[in-house]
Amino acid sequence: MAVIETPIADRVVAAPPPRRANWGQMIRWLLLFAGGIVMVAPLAYMLSASIKYPYELFDLNLIPKEPTFDNYREVLGDSRFARWFGNSILIATLVTISNLFFDSLVGYTLCKFRFPGRYIVFIAILSTLMIPTEMLVIPWYVMSSKFGWIDSYWGIMFPGMMTAFGTFLMKQFFETVPDDFLEAARIDGLNEFQIFWQVALPLVRPALAALAIFVFLGNWTAFIWPLIVTNSVDMYTLPVGLKSFAVEQSVDWEMVMTGAAVATLPTLIVFLIFQRFIIRGVVMAGLKG
Amino acid sequence: MATVSLNKLTKRYGKTEVLHGIDLDIADGEFVVLVGPSGCGKSTTLRMIAGLEDVSDGTVEIGGRVVNRVEPKDRDIAMVFQNYAIYPHMSVRRNIGFGLKTAKISKEEKAKRIEATAETLGMTQYLDRKPSALSGGQRQRVAIGRAMVRQPSVFLFDEPLSNLDAQLRTQTRIEIKKLHQRLGTTVIFVTHDQVEAMTLADRIVIMKDGAIMQIGTPSEVYHSPANTFVARFIGAPSMNLLPASGDGSNLRLASGAAIPGSARGDVLVGIRPEDLHPGDPASAPMQGKVILAEPLGAETLLYVDVAGAEVIASGPGQGAPGPGDVIGLSPVTLHIFDAETGTAIR
Repeated sequence: MAVIETPIADRVVAAPPPRRANWGQMIRWLLLFAGGIVMVAPLAYMLSASIKYPYELFDLNLIPKEPTFDNYREVLGDSRFARWFGNSILIATLVTISNLFFDSLVGYTLCKFRFPGRYIVFIAILSTLMIPTEMLVIPWYVMSSKFGWIDSYWGIMFPGMMTAFGTFLMKQFFETVPDDFLEAARIDGLNEFQIFWQVALPLVRPALAALAIFVFLGNWTAFIWPLIVTNSVDMYTLPVGLKSFAVEQSVDWEMVMTGAAVATLPTLIVFLIFQRFIIRGVVMAGLKG
Repeated sequence: MATVSLNKLTKRYGKTEVLHGIDLDIADGEFVVLVGPSGCGKSTTLRMIAGLEDVSDGTVEIGGRVVNRVEPKDRDIAMVFQNYAIYPHMSVRRNIGFGLKTAKISKEEKAKRIEATAETLGMTQYLDRKPSALSGGQRQRVAIGRAMVRQPSVFLFDEPLSNLDAQLRTQTRIEIKKLHQRLGTTVIFVTHDQVEAMTLADRIVIMKDGAIMQIGTPSEVYHSPANTFVARFIGAPSMNLLPASGDGSNLRLASGAAIPGSARGDVLVGIRPEDLHPGDPASAPMQGKVILAEPLGAETLLYVDVAGAEVIASGPGQGAPGPGDVIGLSPVTLHIFDAETGTAIR
């Protein structure tokens, strides 16, 4: 077969016109860059301060003149710190598991079952999102006091065992599960709980992962309620414990920063592993993170 | 296997009645297709048989037992859904075996049944795959397998082929037909595709607006439609319906043409395109001008303007008249309907 060669001169593609500076784009990038700096700066300062001696703590240099890991040795060697770390892990994990179960169950019920008052129940649950934690602390405290839950794990955990946000998130995700799946399972002989557990729940695994991260982070960093409900040092969670580095006359900032740096590590790891689920969860729920 | 009887079956959502007292008897081992346009109530009827919708009035009987208040799992039925409803987080093996989850049979028996079902459907080599690694046709076979493995008395199919492409749809249709011939189980199949209905059914139930228009074999509903709705719904392209008035011996069409027919008064004359052949304009009872010709290979569909009315006729595959040609049309078989009610005049 004859091949018709195109002359090389004809094949030369004209160079694209030089790109003009796009000022709008540049301003956007600058704003994003500034926003990034504002968010990263405290983290960078925290990490920097955790390897500084007290004398240069308030210098603005990020790289210390004499870096040291003494602060880490001291914090990690403190038995109270290990206890607080353990408390935080235990509480955040249990509350997360509870939320995964109950938020999903309620979200599924509100999404897939038709019953009188369903909408009112949903609105009532959602409306609790509008009440700030600071306002809820008093009734929580009164409740804890009456039931003898002050200074106990249950006292710290009970307000967060189920959340309106989690219920809403899970309900939104269950909307994406076609009813055919559930009906097929119904015909196959599963009872309603088995359908929820064996069919519906595995289909919303990304939502569960997102919810797990939200709840875990929220409880890991919770401060006000654990501070109020705990009395003994042994019951402190990590954020409350770090606060105890500040005594009446002075604050051991390098210790606070070191403790905070250690406390940040698990959350960073969790976030890095599951960040795609968080993004999907935020998109699905139509909420800001 | 079992018979299915619907007696005055009614469905209401609030004050709106969507199914108006349906009566239908399905014989043991029969393949019945419910067909009709969207919103005619065919899927609602099927879901009521399955127990997925409550019955507002009337009864559903399966195997001679009224099952209105029986749970879906206890009705001895299996259902194949439009979007397959196979679980994406389970392998093909687990999906097929899911139907046996609550069955009181040994593990060995379960495994044996899964293998046998997979073999019947040609899915043995895919048993350990996840649905995401299967084609649309294979997924549909898994859905059918999950229904088959339970060995139910009645199979319910809810538009199972509508998500497949044309070629796969034909292929799967044939497989379903073969499967029914082999198993002999009662099948109720819902579709909006009249070709599926014609090719699969022992009997077709044509529905419109929550009521049954006609029940009959494919041949009956095609050759003796009960009314103009059935006449136009069954057959592609649709039957031509031409207004005419009869004097007892001749039917005079609006175009002025007269064709032999014994009806009296205002009627609609139904002529299927394949019963209307082009011929010499001088000798044919109807004349018209070809507007459009659609060659289909074996035949050519001719869209003909007959005194302002568009009529579809069937011409030969080769050498058919083209647009602009004036042709004569000679009807072979006529279907006469009452002009007011649309019911057939026999």
